[in-house]
Amino acid sequence: MKRRTQLAGLLALPMFWLVGIYIFSLIMLLATAFWTTDPFTSKVKPGFTLRNFEQLIVNPAYLSTAVRTLLIALAVTALCMLISVPLGIFMAKIAKPWLRGLLAVAITLPLWAGYLVKILAMRVTFTDEGFFNWALGPFGITGPSFSVTTVILTLTYLWLPYMAIPVYTAIRQLPANLFDASADLGAGAWRTIRTIVLPLIKPAIIAGSIFTFSLSLGDYIAAKFVGGSTQMIGSIIASNINLNPPVAAAFAVVPIAFVVVYLLSVQRTGALERM
Amino acid sequence: MLRLSRGARIGLGTIVTVVLVFMYVPLLLVVLNSFNAARIASWPIRDFSLEWWGKAFASEPIRAALLNSVLVGLGATAVALVLGTLVAFALQRHSFFGKQSVSLLIVLPIALPGVVTGVALNNTYNQLLEPIGIQVGYFGMIIAHATFCIVMVFNNVFARLRRLSPNVEEASRDLGATPWQTFRLVTFPQFRSAFIAGGILAFALSFDEVVVTIFTAPAGVDTLPLWMMNQMARPNEASTVNVVATIVILFSLLPVWASQRLGREIGDRN
Repeated sequence: MKRRTQLAGLLALPMFWLVGIYIFSLIMLLATAFWTTDPFTSKVKPGFTLRNFEQLIVNPAYLSTAVRTLLIALAVTALCMLISVPLGIFMAKIAKPWLRGLLAVAITLPLWAGYLVKILAMRVTFTDEGFFNWALGPFGITGPSFSVTTVILTLTYLWLPYMAIPVYTAIRQLPANLFDASADLGAGAWRTIRTIVLPLIKPAIIAGSIFTFSLSLGDYIAAKFVGGSTQMIGSIIASNINLNPPVAAAFAVVPIAFVVVYLLSVQRTGALERM
Repeated sequence: MLRLSRGARIGLGTIVTVVLVFMYVPLLLVVLNSFNAARIASWPIRDFSLEWWGKAFASEPIRAALLNSVLVGLGATAVALVLGTLVAFALQRHSFFGKQSVSLLIVLPIALPGVVTGVALNNTYNQLLEPIGIQVGYFGMIIAHATFCIVMVFNNVFARLRRLSPNVEEASRDLGATPWQTFRLVTFPQFRSAFIAGGILAFALSFDEVVVTIFTAPAGVDTLPLWMMNQMARPNEASTVNVVATIVILFSLLPVWASQRLGREIGDRN
């Protein structure tokens, strides 16, 4: 009995905060998605309508934005994987210890350099009169300027450490004799990576992908500053929150739904328990 | 060991070099541009000048924004330290129905996109609390930031508590210490460095947050990231934003240095 009171005492405040403020707000947001806005006063009126969700599908601009955002998030996740695996293999299995330590710090440092600072940095790099065009122009390469490509590169830049660090840690933990056995049995390096390394580091890749995917899905500041006219789901939520809260609320359900579907589809792999 | 051909090694080395260039050159460009005499960031830099550094240090809005960021960060960190530690103790020392849900609940504010958290709280503040006469004002930001900072403190303290042996606390109780004495003199010193590390991470997370702040900041109040964003949104962004960004880059080295030191302190002790 005493332990129960103790537990209640420990949990009371945090649960009041997280459920009473946060979960309550999320539920109210969800409820607002079914409400209506008075077109004259733009005041929100409680009620029940599916019109706001209908808008998501019927309005071609909204639908294409949702699809574009999903594709951007998937591209960023794929790019982070393609970078993290070779990076992790090099750091864990090829680099000398001093270089390994240096690289481990080097990939962690930018994590703290500031979200907007990094977006500003990409803006400075890819602007028309910027560094990218200056450095690669002489080779006849023109940069992507401010476009969807730059948004993907910027989001990769922002979220790469979330993938690179767990993947590197996982590769480091692989026992060395697995590699010896594989080589003794005649497998080449490429085959060892494909049949030994990749299956074993899959949980780490999935854990990292949850971050790269969901963080990209909700982002819209990158699109605003390096995307030119690119719109993402967040852009639509942000531009509707004051004028038409129910539409913004309905749109906020979209990234939540994508994240939940993604989590459910990776849950079977058992990666969630290892996070 | 992984046996790779010379070609494969060179290939991997090239990838790593390209990634590092991709990571650090843009940041370097920001630092260099803070010394650019031109009004708009451009490359190559023709004239260097300290003009923007002088302007940034003299700027009243920057100082106000910095102060707001620090105040919000400290407020959110204080709340997160209390709540995060309480939950860590609850989950570490007790087993109960719904434990999984509680740990999911703590991660949720950072797992869901910031725009969702921001819009949800904005909706509560403006559509529910304001009509009944409650103005959250400045505290709106602190409440929002604290919510997603809890996980930082929780993770650190929880991981440390798992490694503590209960024997020491038992001994303390047997020797007649009150529960508060045991906590203050025995338990707390054992997880103090994790507590501080969690606090630093929470502060850094709050200091860096943009999206949630956009929706929860009262009108006319800028945090440092909000100030930067507003500058960047102007068609002729003045170069002072590069100075502020450079200072942020320099300050971002602090938590890394601190966590390395705290980590070493723990390593030495064991």
